[in-house]
Amino acid sequence: MTVSVSEKITGSLYAYTSNGSELALDEIPVLSTEEFNKLILSGVSDGLRVSSFFGAAETGSKHKLYAVLSDDKESSLKISSTEIEKNEFLSLTSQCPQVHLFEREIAEQYGLKPVNHPWLKPVRYNQGMTNETQQILPAVGDFYKIESEQVHEVAVGPVHAGIIEPGHFRFQCHGETVFHLEIALGYQHRGIERALQGEFNKKSIHYAENTAGDSTIAHGTCFCQIVESLSGSELSARAQAIRGIALELERLANHVGDLGALSGDVGFLPTASFCGRIRGEFLNMTAVLCGNRFGRGLLKAGGVRSNLNQAHIDDLLRRLDGAEKDVTVAVDLLWDTPSVMARFENTGTLTAQNAIDLGLVGPAARASGLIRDVRKDHPAGIYCSSNIPVASCKSGDVFARAHIRWLEIKNSLQFVREQLRKLPEGKIHVNCGRLKPDRIAVSLSEGWRGEVCHTAITDENGNFLRYKIVDPSFHNWTGLAIALRNQQISDFPLCNKSFNLSYCGHDL
Amino acid sequence: MQQKHRTIKYPDAPPPEMPERFRGRPCIESSKCSLCKDCAQTCPTDAIEVSGNVTIDLGKCLFCTDCEDSCHQQAISFTKDYRLSFSKRQDLTVSSDQKELILAEALQENIRRLFGRSLKLRQVSAGGCNSCEADVNVLNTVGWDLGRFGIQFVASPRHADGILVTGPVTQNMKLALQKTYQAVPEPKIVIAVGTCAISGGIFAGHRECCDGAGDVIPVDLFIPGCPPHPLTVLDGLLRLLGRGELQKSPAL
Repeated sequence: MTVSVSEKITGSLYAYTSNGSELALDEIPVLSTEEFNKLILSGVSDGLRVSSFFGAAETGSKHKLYAVLSDDKESSLKISSTEIEKNEFLSLTSQCPQVHLFEREIAEQYGLKPVNHPWLKPVRYNQGMTNETQQILPAVGDFYKIESEQVHEVAVGPVHAGIIEPGHFRFQCHGETVFHLEIALGYQHRGIERALQGEFNKKSIHYAENTAGDSTIAHGTCFCQIVESLSGSELSARAQAIRGIALELERLANHVGDLGALSGDVGFLPTASFCGRIRGEFLNMTAVLCGNRFGRGLLKAGGVRSNLNQAHIDDLLRRLDGAEKDVTVAVDLLWDTPSVMARFENTGTLTAQNAIDLGLVGPAARASGLIRDVRKDHPAGIYCSSNIPVASCKSGDVFARAHIRWLEIKNSLQFVREQLRKLPEGKIHVNCGRLKPDRIAVSLSEGWRGEVCHTAITDENGNFLRYKIVDPSFHNWTGLAIALRNQQISDFPLCNKSFNLSYCGHDL
Repeated sequence: MQQKHRTIKYPDAPPPEMPERFRGRPCIESSKCSLCKDCAQTCPTDAIEVSGNVTIDLGKCLFCTDCEDSCHQQAISFTKDYRLSFSKRQDLTVSSDQKELILAEALQENIRRLFGRSLKLRQVSAGGCNSCEADVNVLNTVGWDLGRFGIQFVASPRHADGILVTGPVTQNMKLALQKTYQAVPEPKIVIAVGTCAISGGIFAGHRECCDGAGDVIPVDLFIPGCPPHPLTVLDGLLRLLGRGELQKSPAL
C-alpha cells in the first residue's frame, strides 16, 4: 500500500507514538521511497533526530525500511516506512550524515543497497540476517587513505594494550597530526538482534542485559518497556522508582570511573586512583539492590525482581554520603590542577553543528552544547514524575565531556537520594500477558552513554518479527573520529576515553 | 585530599563481606527437591539437568536465580560462597547435596616456580559484554592492588605468561585470539573468565560465536560468573599460583 497524494496532505506521513508506547503496525504509513526520503530530510532539517532506521523482512521476499524520528520538543516519536523494490534505495547519507551507519547496516543485514552511499562497507563484517555461508573477515577491505609521501598510516587493534574490548583504528597521520581516523568494528558481534527475533522467551531479557554489560540497566529497561507496552502491563510506582535508582547508580559508577580513567590518561594519578576505587562503591550499591554489581537479574518484564526494605535504604543512603564525599574531593582536584586542565582544554573539540549533523546523543552531545536527554525529552517511568536537571557544557572538548560527567554525577546523587527517601509503597512486579500481534513498539532510555533505543515489531502470533537495538555508541563513534581530526595522535587515548563508547553495544 | 589506605587485607585477613543478596555457589537440597524439572525448564542456558538428582553446570550458569524463583520447594539457593574456580571443565558441575567442590589446583611445580611470584597476563576480550572486563580491571585499582601478588596485565602477548579470555569468542575475534595465543612464549596458561568464555553462555550455539574459549585454545583455569565478582577472580588467580592458605576446598 502506498500513500496517495491526498492522504499525504492530510498529514498521515508519520504515525505518532511516544516512549514506551505501541501502535498497530498498519497505522504506520507505507510511503514511496522518494516520499520516505523527503520525509526524513525535511524532518531532520526541522530539528528531528533519527533515533532508529532499520530494515525488516516481511512475509515473502519483500523488505521494508522503518524510520523512527525523535521530536525532542514535542516528546513524540514519529514512525514511517517504505517498501523496497529491486533491493536498492537512494542513499541519504550525503545530505543527512546521521544515517550513514544505519544505511550501511541495512545493506549488511538485508542485502539492500543504498545507492550513492559515499562510503559503503560492512558495519560488523557478518552475514547479517541472511544465511550465506561465505566467510567475511573483519576490517578487511579498503580504508580511507590519503596519498602522499609525507602521510603515514597507523593501524591499531583489534587487540589493545589495556583490558578493553576489541576494535580496529586506522589513522592517516602527518607527523603527529591526525588527518583522518577510520574506525572498523564488528569484532564483538554476537548476533543479539537475530537471536531476539521469534518468541519472547526465557533467554530474551538476558540478551538485552548482555548487549552492553556496563549498560545492563539501560538496555534491560528498554527491553522491559517493550514487553510491558506490547502486553499492556502497568508498572507499579515502586518498581519504576527502583528502576530509576538502578539506572542512576549505573550512571554514577561509569561516570566516576571515566573521570578516573581520564585522569590516568593524562598521568594524573591521585584522581585516577581515587575514582577507580569509588567507582566500585557505586557498583557495590547496585549489588545491595540485587546482588550483582552490574544489576544483572534486577529487572524483569513487569517490574523488578528484588525489593528494598528500610535497612537497605539506610545502608544505601549511608554509602551515598560516603561516596559523595570521596568523589567530590577526588574530582575537585582535577579542576584545580593546571597541568590536567592544559591537557583537557581544547583537545578533541567537536562543534555543536558537527554533533547535530552526526546525530550525537548523551553526554557527548550535551558537552557540545546540545540539550538532549531522554529523561527530559521523552520521559518514561519514574522520570515522568521526578525531574532530573539536564547538564550542559558548551566547549565540546575533552574538558566539556569530563565536566558534564561531574555535573551529572551531582544530579544523579541527588536524584537517587530523593527516590530512596520517598520510595512509594506497593508491589514490585506484575505479570505480563502475551504480546499483542501485529504491533510496533518503541522504547527509549537515557543510559550513561546516551539514548538507548529499542524497537520491536510483532507478527500475527505476537512473536518478534524484528527487534532493533540502537546503542548510543552507534550514533557516537563517528563523533570520536571527527573530534580527532587535526589532533595529535598521542591524544587519541584521552579523546577515546572522553567518549568511552561501547564496542559490544555497537556490534550487538 | 587524604582518603587513607584502602587496599583490602585479604588474603592475610578475611575477605570483604559479600553483599547480602550476592549469588555465589548454588546449593541444591535433595530433601526438598521433588524432581519436577521446573528449574531445568526455566534456566535460560539449559545449565540444569534433572535425572535422579539435580545438577547445575556452573560453566553455563548465569547466576540469574531464575531457577531459584521457579522452585516451589525452595530446593535451590545461591550461597554467599564466592570461591568458584576450577582446573577441569567437568569439575564445574554441582550436584544435589554435593559436599565438596573440586576447586582449582595450583600449577605444576615446575611452572609454578616460573610464574609463582611474577605472572604477566594479556587480556583478550572476544565478544565479552564488558562486564567481565570491567570487574577484572577492578583488580588493578587500589582497593585490590593485584600488583602485590606479582600479577600484572601487560600490553603485549610477547611479554605475557598467559592469556585471560572473556567472551564467547566471536567468529570475528577467533583469529585474533589464536594469533595472540601463538605470540605468547611457552610455557603459557589460559584463564577463561565468565560464563561466556567457558561455554558461550547465553550465546552458546550462535553461528556468530564459538561456544567459549575452549573451542579455540586450551584452558587451564575456569572462573564462572556473569560476571564473576572480583574476589572470585582473585581467588582463582591465587589458587592457580598455589597460595597456601587458599588451598582448602570450602566446607559445605
